[in-house]
Amino acid sequence: MSSSPEPAVLEARYTWGGDEFLFVEVAESMSLAANFRVMSIAAKLSAMQLPGIVDVCPANASLLVRFDPDVLPPSTLEETVRTIEGDLTHHHDHSLETRIVEVPVWYEDPFTAEVAERFREGFHQEPGGTDIDYAAKVNNLKDAAEFIRRHHEQPWLVSMVGFVAGLPFLFQLVEQEKQLEVPKYLSPRTDTPKLTVGHGGCFGCIYSVRGAGGYQMFGVAAAPIFDPAQSLTDFKDFMVFFRPGDIVKFKPVTEAEYNNIQAEISAATFRYRQVPVTFDLSKALANPEGYNQELMEALNGV
Amino acid sequence: MAFDIKNPGLATTVQDQGRTGHYNVGIPQSGSMDQYSAELGNALVGNTAKEAVLECTYLGPVLTTDQDAVVAVTGAPVDVKVNGETRPQWTRLQLKAGDELSFGVIRGGTRYYIAVQGGIDVPEVLGSRSTYSLGAIGGFQGRKLEAGDQVPVGAPLNGGAMPDADTVPEEFRPVFAKEQAVRIVLGLYDHRLTDEGLDNLLHSEWKVTPVADRMGLRYSGPGVQWKEREQPFGAGSDPSNIVDAGYAVGSIQIPGGTQPIILHRDAVSGGGYAMVGTVISADMDLVARAAPGTSTRFVAISLDEALVARKELAELKRNAWAAIGAGS
Repeated sequence: MSSSPEPAVLEARYTWGGDEFLFVEVAESMSLAANFRVMSIAAKLSAMQLPGIVDVCPANASLLVRFDPDVLPPSTLEETVRTIEGDLTHHHDHSLETRIVEVPVWYEDPFTAEVAERFREGFHQEPGGTDIDYAAKVNNLKDAAEFIRRHHEQPWLVSMVGFVAGLPFLFQLVEQEKQLEVPKYLSPRTDTPKLTVGHGGCFGCIYSVRGAGGYQMFGVAAAPIFDPAQSLTDFKDFMVFFRPGDIVKFKPVTEAEYNNIQAEISAATFRYRQVPVTFDLSKALANPEGYNQELMEALNGV
Repeated sequence: MAFDIKNPGLATTVQDQGRTGHYNVGIPQSGSMDQYSAELGNALVGNTAKEAVLECTYLGPVLTTDQDAVVAVTGAPVDVKVNGETRPQWTRLQLKAGDELSFGVIRGGTRYYIAVQGGIDVPEVLGSRSTYSLGAIGGFQGRKLEAGDQVPVGAPLNGGAMPDADTVPEEFRPVFAKEQAVRIVLGLYDHRLTDEGLDNLLHSEWKVTPVADRMGLRYSGPGVQWKEREQPFGAGSDPSNIVDAGYAVGSIQIPGGTQPIILHRDAVSGGGYAMVGTVISADMDLVARAAPGTSTRFVAISLDEALVARKELAELKRNAWAAIGAGS
């Protein structure tokens, strides 16, 4: 993130993924401004409900559109997206109707610790230590406790959902120089506990299902984010919880609090604390931490 | 009615034409890897192209039917056995209640399909019966079949009407060859390859490795070179890394420049590896048929040529259904 409230706008790069995918690279680098632009294009394209559009997939700094070329000729699709992109450049409506969600996390939990122990030599940069100690060190922080504080103190934006079903990529809403950056594992693990809170490069994530993964592991989220059985109220409408544009505030919980949440989940009474907010890009770029304070205060009302 | 699974085989799953519309939250399209073969199986047993089938991988199941059933086995060449007696593939078979269906050793390719009149009747999840194992949704309880499963079969369609022919003419059966030419459209991040890297991709022989499944196929060969650059913020340190982006189904990524990976129907929906091109939609079934060791050349064609190939495949399917006398 730059300190300039009006991000420089460059033209996106358009390219084809075979005969069924259009790929629009808004920027090579990750930034809040690029992600916001991707989400704006995706929202406007989806709202058109153009026949022949199969999937509109906003990602961190790019957009992938799947289409049926028998219904929608590639050239028509490209012209449509270019028009949307052009209109955005001339209209400075930089706000997004979204929600802020509190996600309880048990940092330094035994589940990720057990898996981490199985993938040290040949997998990890510092096989003798923990992922979180390593993350603190490479970010020049005093210790794990300081890293954890930095991780949950400021909120994150869901900049993309994908990889596997319902997995959110998270981008912390702070200046670029304050972003936590941690290399991925040297070689991916074949196992990652479900709901692991991970980090790779500048992105955080929550693993929605158990499986392979290369991100460093810091803790586990206490409640599901993917619920195919749709047993919890938050999943009544859809089995996937997160949407691009959601704002996430992590809340550290103790083992006892974690266990209480498990009981609530078993009783199907658990609900995420969440509240609708309007996210304003200009304010977020001009004064990230001040604006984050405003966003987080909205949660106090619930 | 139902199939009783005595032995599940290596990886037998329920699949149909797949599940679109949820790729934006990471739910892949899934569906039969070799759509052409699966659809023609449906044609033989009086189904539409949409009915769910059983996809068998290398080692098929042993199953019995609890009622009379009409089935057809299509796809990779294999001995089909009813109560131990060999019966023809690509042909409609009548099973009596209690009959046992089993398979010999696969003689090429990777997957064959059991289509049954009425289709496999598991509940639809997000508009499809296809199995997505990683997310544990669709198919039979979201997983591959296990011994003891009772797999429900639907009621006959169109009052049980069958097409005129009971077999797919030879000229409409796909070839399961040890050499393939796979057509791709270059793009996405191909500009990040060096000239030599691009030349290697398009003019070398690549072999399918044993690391090949429904998520994707990994190829060994000479490797490619990526242009060195100062990596953009958030992209990761290797020149083959990008800021995590959506992956086109069929796209080719080359992590570290070593082994190209073609993403297939159960692939992850996005990630941080640069893609250099995409297999055209008309050749995705061909890639699905590639067994480990298959010698492969990647042939670059234009988007317009890919659209022509797409129309040709659609026409081939129409002609195949017409040759059987089936209404798609």
